[in-house]
Amino acid sequence: MRAFTYERATDPVAAARAVAQRPGARYIAGGTNLLDLMKLEVETPTHLVDVQDLGFTRIERTPQGGLRIGALVTNTDLAADDHVRRDYAVLSRAILAGASGQLRNKATTGGNLLQRTRCPYFYDTNMACNKRRPGSGCAAIGGYSRQLGVVGVSTSCIATFPGDMAVALRVLDAMVETIDAHGQTRSIPIAGFHRLWEDKPQQDTVLAPGELITAVTLPPPLGGQHFYEKVRDRASYAFALVSVAAVIQPDGTGRVAFGGVAPKPWRVEAAEALLPQGADAVTRQAFEGATPTKDNDFKLPLATRALAYVIAQAKA
Amino acid sequence: MKFNVPATNNPIDRMSVVGRAQDRIDGPLKTTGLAPYAYEHREAANPAYGYVIGAAIAKGSFRWLNLDAVRAAPGVISVVTAEDAGTLGKGQFNTVKLLGGPEVDHYHQAIAIVVAETFEQARAAAAMARVDYDRAQGRFDLDRALKAAPIVGNGGQPATVGDFGAAFAAAPVKIDAEYTTPDQTHAMMEPFASIAAWQGDELTIWTSNQMIDWGRGDLARTLGMPKEKIRFLSPYIGGGFGGKLFLRTDAVLAALGARAAARPVKVALPRPFIANNSTHRPATRQRIRIGATPDGTITAIAHESGSGDQPGGGPETATGQTELLYAGANRLTALRLAVLDLPEGNAMRAPGEAPGMMALEVAMDEMAEKLGMDPVAFRIKNDTQVDPARPERRFSQRQLVRCFSEGAEQFGWSRRNAVPGKVRDGRWLVGMGVAAAFRNHINRTSGARVHLDPDGLVTVETDMTDIGTGSYTIIAQTVAEMMGVPIASVKVKLGSSAFPVAAGSGGQWGAANATAGVYAACVKLREAVLQSLGFDASDALFEDGHVRSGNRSTELRKAAAAGRLTAEDRIEFGELAEKWQISTFGAHFVEVGVDAYTGATRIRRMLAVCAAGRIINPKSARSQVIGAMTMGVGGALMEELAVDRRFGFFVNHDLASYEVPVHADIPHQDVVFLEEADDKANPMKAKGVGELGLCGVAAAIANAIYNATGVRVRDYPITLDKHLNQLPPLT
Ligand SMILES: Cc1cc2nc3c(=O)[nH]c(=O)nc-3n(C[C@H](O)[C@H](O)[C@H](O)COP(=O)(O)OP(=O)(O)OC[C@H]3O[C@@H](n4cnc5c(N)ncnc54)[C@H](O)[C@@H]3O)c2cc1C
Ligand code: SF4
Repeated sequence: MRAFTYERATDPVAAARAVAQRPGARYIAGGTNLLDLMKLEVETPTHLVDVQDLGFTRIERTPQGGLRIGALVTNTDLAADDHVRRDYAVLSRAILAGASGQLRNKATTGGNLLQRTRCPYFYDTNMACNKRRPGSGCAAIGGYSRQLGVVGVSTSCIATFPGDMAVALRVLDAMVETIDAHGQTRSIPIAGFHRLWEDKPQQDTVLAPGELITAVTLPPPLGGQHFYEKVRDRASYAFALVSVAAVIQPDGTGRVAFGGVAPKPWRVEAAEALLPQGADAVTRQAFEGATPTKDNDFKLPLATRALAYVIAQAKA
Repeated sequence: MKFNVPATNNPIDRMSVVGRAQDRIDGPLKTTGLAPYAYEHREAANPAYGYVIGAAIAKGSFRWLNLDAVRAAPGVISVVTAEDAGTLGKGQFNTVKLLGGPEVDHYHQAIAIVVAETFEQARAAAAMARVDYDRAQGRFDLDRALKAAPIVGNGGQPATVGDFGAAFAAAPVKIDAEYTTPDQTHAMMEPFASIAAWQGDELTIWTSNQMIDWGRGDLARTLGMPKEKIRFLSPYIGGGFGGKLFLRTDAVLAALGARAAARPVKVALPRPFIANNSTHRPATRQRIRIGATPDGTITAIAHESGSGDQPGGGPETATGQTELLYAGANRLTALRLAVLDLPEGNAMRAPGEAPGMMALEVAMDEMAEKLGMDPVAFRIKNDTQVDPARPERRFSQRQLVRCFSEGAEQFGWSRRNAVPGKVRDGRWLVGMGVAAAFRNHINRTSGARVHLDPDGLVTVETDMTDIGTGSYTIIAQTVAEMMGVPIASVKVKLGSSAFPVAAGSGGQWGAANATAGVYAACVKLREAVLQSLGFDASDALFEDGHVRSGNRSTELRKAAAAGRLTAEDRIEFGELAEKWQISTFGAHFVEVGVDAYTGATRIRRMLAVCAAGRIINPKSARSQVIGAMTMGVGGALMEELAVDRRFGFFVNHDLASYEVPVHADIPHQDVVFLEEADDKANPMKAKGVGELGLCGVAAAIANAIYNATGVRVRDYPITLDKHLNQLPPLT
């Protein structure tokens, strides 16, 4: 870990200014991801702006009938919220499928969206990694890639976005609300929030430097049956090999997004339109052009079979 | 005390304390955080902090680019590289030097220690170091290296009994199958850690080490100093699993750092170092051939295994159990050893048997199916009460058949559908599997010293260690039984080189040998007590804090009225283990569910039935076995160090990516110990269970998975990707 300075922000715009003006400054919320990466010197911020006093801890109804979730609502509180459990069960289930009770108590909504990849070469500072050190190359390509991406990846990075919560947010069409150093706010559709790596894997999202997440909003409830099916080698406390977030309507139509396969929650609207035709049809289209490695090509049949389970459950 | 004839009746046979479930006497210290682990000892005043720099390449050499800047970094007191350290020896138990440079032998081999006022300063300075590496071609591919690997041991020839080749060729029913097991890391909770403090030319080291005397000796050899000048202390250990059998980097570099800094120095290896800096269980490639007559009599059995290690290292002895577990007139075993430049391989819990049984017990399942026999019946049919290679050697105790039959009964084995892939419970394909458990018993000389104080307290001192296994408690039980005092009147002091050398913790030899050593010392103390009290030795009873003979009864403590009585002895072993084959046995039963959709396997329930001599403390023995069974689940389903064959290192070097089972993976475990007292083993009539509990578990799981799915995976761990495409079609 490198030495850093630390401040506790009390005002969002001042916080955004503090980070935007200072190269090497970063926000810290629950710290469950950032601190681990700092200890390994994967991340080396010189200044931390702690956002925990900014409020942003409420879950409120929106005038449109949706939900507005403060960026600092913990994963535990969000998963346990009555409205979320009733109307957005896929979100609650996705969160509870992730990390551990202790981590979810600390982890925040904003921090969860911004958690970094779990590519093992990203975690080893002796290895080339374009995401950690732009331009250094990618040690994972041609290496151990069982956990890594199969679709939407690039020749400079084949890592995944590893989280669960965001996969549920993607089927719910959530919006990410932000504020910047000038007090400017914007709403970013979750579909466009995480980037494909292309030739710039160091940049995970479309956020500008210093842009602060204030909330995540959900549109009115979709109804239907909600599923979050997470497949992993052990029963708990592991990242997804593949996950499926789905909302299925009584007529068999619905929405579906996949986790653990791509730089972002992977939802292809044209593919989910094929839900009534079954899992094969959906995944064939959703994973068209996939470029798996020898280590992770099982993720393609696995995604199909996990979706088949969801569809079978919806019918049962 | 020389143990060279089978034990007769002795005070342990009373089993009034020994053999009874006993809470850990160190439990309160552990649960309140008062038991000091290696990094937490406070005796060394004003310690500085050391941070180890590990090599960033696996093979080659390097040159420091900015050491002066590192030395000048804030808070830095000293930096020790191989050059600064001067000539160092190498421990007799180490294959590779613990401080590398200018040559690098493996990834994350230590190349320097940075000592600073604070941990953070040491870490920051270490991160500043710039090193110019010259990467050399290394050997990282086991399969390739094995192609030209020689057989080791037995004069480079397979060990044979009868004529395996002819018998196998003639066998009407046979299998010939290959199995792989991966590299595994100990992944113990407490990392390698040491505090070193010099006083003149004397060194005190607080560390985390399973074998005090080995560690002390190898530290002396490495530093080129007399062993007597080293105090080597390891009273509490947060797990070792064999990783801490030997002297490691933390202790050597703490000592070098402390000498350079002229201050006590604390060193802990960070988690990512544990996989590549220390030792690991080597991967194996195994081939098993079994031939039998149609009635299930094995006529030929061969087990060959290949593994790799650093130059000068040794093989994973995965074929040992196959020489002893089943009958069969014609036999062959062989170990091949390839040279690799991956980190050093060495012992991990049940070395040899753990991976060997992972293969052998699947082969037995495959053979039973081929014969159309129940796998329990097939194993029972081929039981042997003698060493198959030397039939004059009988097993001292062998209740394998009873382990199977009682286990089958309790587990409900008869409900298993012998046709695989037929039992469905919702999304789950359900299967049952069985495997034998087998681990040899090892005798080791073990010493202890006991004191009786005027207040009646009995103190026992031995350099035996407690790696979480419960040594403190079983030693207290032994003393309490021998001296006829309550456990509360026994004080146990372990893990110090100031105490008599004991068996140490490893190879599941610790419990039986260390308590036998304590037994020997107690026999001497009893003699001293009787003499002090003027009793006739032959018929005296030690009970309830009294010594009784005929109608005479005196308080034990009176024997020390004139001052502390002290006795010291050790148990030494004669020829019994040559004359008899002394081993431990068990049977593992497992029921699994395999997700019909995703192929993921989840354990539903597990049972182990063990026959392993006298069980000194059924409570901690059960803990050992359920812990071992849990480790077996890891081996079967998830544990694997991923090798990067280009860069030569284990990639998944943290606990997020090297998965071990979590609570949710272990829903239900049962353990049964069969009554047994092995009079050929030692006066305690005890053997060990800590490794037995692991041997065979993974195979039982593999067999259960096959029973569930009808797909045979011979490549551990059995992750879903290995059978996904062959699972029964979705309905
Ligand atoms: C052992 C382990 C297992 C895990 N398993 C899972 C799992 O199975 N599934 C899963 O989904 N996740 C898992 N996680 C990840 C966990 O969900 C994240 O660490 C957590 O959600 C991050 O939230 P945080 O508040 O602690 O973020 P922090 O660590 O505080 O911050 C993360 C990043 O977000 C930035 N940031 C934080 N808040 C804001 C804000 N309001 N605006 C702008 N930027 C901000 C920070 O600068 C930092 O870059 C696991 C983590 C660990 C350590
Ligand atoms: S896949 Fe991406 S994160 Fe992993 S090493 Fe390559 S560039 Fe880095």
